[in-house]
Amino acid sequence: MSKKENFLKGFFKENPIFVFLLGMCPALAVTATFETALGMGLLVIFVLTGSNIVVSLLRKYIPEHVRTPSYIVIIATFVTLVEMFTEAFAFELYESLGIFIPLIVVNCLILGRAESFASKNNVVDSAIDGLGMALGFTFALVVIGSIREFLATGGLVWGEYLPFFVDQPVSLSLDLIIHLFDDSITIRDFGLAMFSLPPGAFIALAFILAYFQFKKVRKEEQEAAAKKAWIEQKKKEALARKKAKALKERGEAA
Amino acid sequence: MSFTVFATAIISAMLINNVILMQFLGICPFLGVSKKSSSALGMSAAVLFVMVIASAVTYTLYDLVLYQFNIEYISTIAFILVIASLVQFVEMVIKRYSTSLYKSLGIYLPLITTNCAILGVSEGNIANIWGATVPFGEGLFIAVSTAIGTGLGFGLVIFAFSSIRERLEAANVPKAWRGVPISLIVAGIMSMAFFGLVGVI
Repeated sequence: MSKKENFLKGFFKENPIFVFLLGMCPALAVTATFETALGMGLLVIFVLTGSNIVVSLLRKYIPEHVRTPSYIVIIATFVTLVEMFTEAFAFELYESLGIFIPLIVVNCLILGRAESFASKNNVVDSAIDGLGMALGFTFALVVIGSIREFLATGGLVWGEYLPFFVDQPVSLSLDLIIHLFDDSITIRDFGLAMFSLPPGAFIALAFILAYFQFKKVRKEEQEAAAKKAWIEQKKKEALARKKAKALKERGEAA
Repeated sequence: MSFTVFATAIISAMLINNVILMQFLGICPFLGVSKKSSSALGMSAAVLFVMVIASAVTYTLYDLVLYQFNIEYISTIAFILVIASLVQFVEMVIKRYSTSLYKSLGIYLPLITTNCAILGVSEGNIANIWGATVPFGEGLFIAVSTAIGTGLGFGLVIFAFSSIRERLEAANVPKAWRGVPISLIVAGIMSMAFFGLVGVI
């Protein structure tokens, strides 16, 4: 596997959330808005890359039967670091993620990568794998978060929880279009508020997973149909050849 | 330490702030171990058992050690280590003293270390209950009651969900929705039902 493949596999082919259903707790809990989802993703990128590097560096020194507790301690150290950084630099994000920052420790994705990849490969590969997988995880979270926030409020907001690059929250919503015609309506009043609440999390994720499964099923059906057609064609060709041979033999006999 | 406190903590943790449907903790076992209702019951019994012990131990640890020495910031590392070793310890004790219990709970115990509901409840107890104002005994009592309620709520939801899932196996679901997507829709509808209980207390 080349380094590029190793990096890219986390996005679609081995996406942790959409394909393997790992790390579902944050995928449901912190995706009420686009920003909290992105913030969670950034934290996971740091923790997963860091823990993969350290696990890979120490892989020859960690004894076989205490490996799980050792990995957990390494991960927990990075999580504690990240928790302090978030509290210092993005306090709104720290408040809104709350208990889910310490819970990164028990995210099955991170322990799974340490166990299945970093403990068997060298440092560079492990770092690339961790970064790629975490970016895939972030991508999935951002997809879910944007869909949920858009359905709930009719737009996306930047700057509320991640106070970077802007002085005050910037919002991009359908209001821009609607206000061309009528100033008295705001789209927020017509949002499906359910999607920012717990039931909406389950239902939104169900629709996204069903879309991926639909594409998979359709691809399998198309492949099956193509294979069937190929077999029919081969059969026809064989029959034609047999016929030609029989005709030829008859001609020779005559 | 009154019955009212106990009942309030149990009802609010079990029904109103349900651990799976409202707080999204423990989704992995919720989706992974809910294909058969018997395994769902085994898992929820193991979770209840470990959760009660773990929250008592972590609460005590936080109050008597971490807070006294001003090292609250390592609580995550300390708690996960305590939980991991506790799970090992409980497994060994059960194996030694009760073979039948080990047979029914044994295979679920190793999975519990990475179950975020356990760590989530321990951390939540510290965030919501612990404070220098609440005396240690009372706080510990509320923490244990909350853990019992949370474990019962986990069991209730995972058992109901697994029963529905057993029926879904026989249903004629469109191909794209088979498996996890339709289960998530079921969970969403259950979550809506639980949402009706918000504000009871």
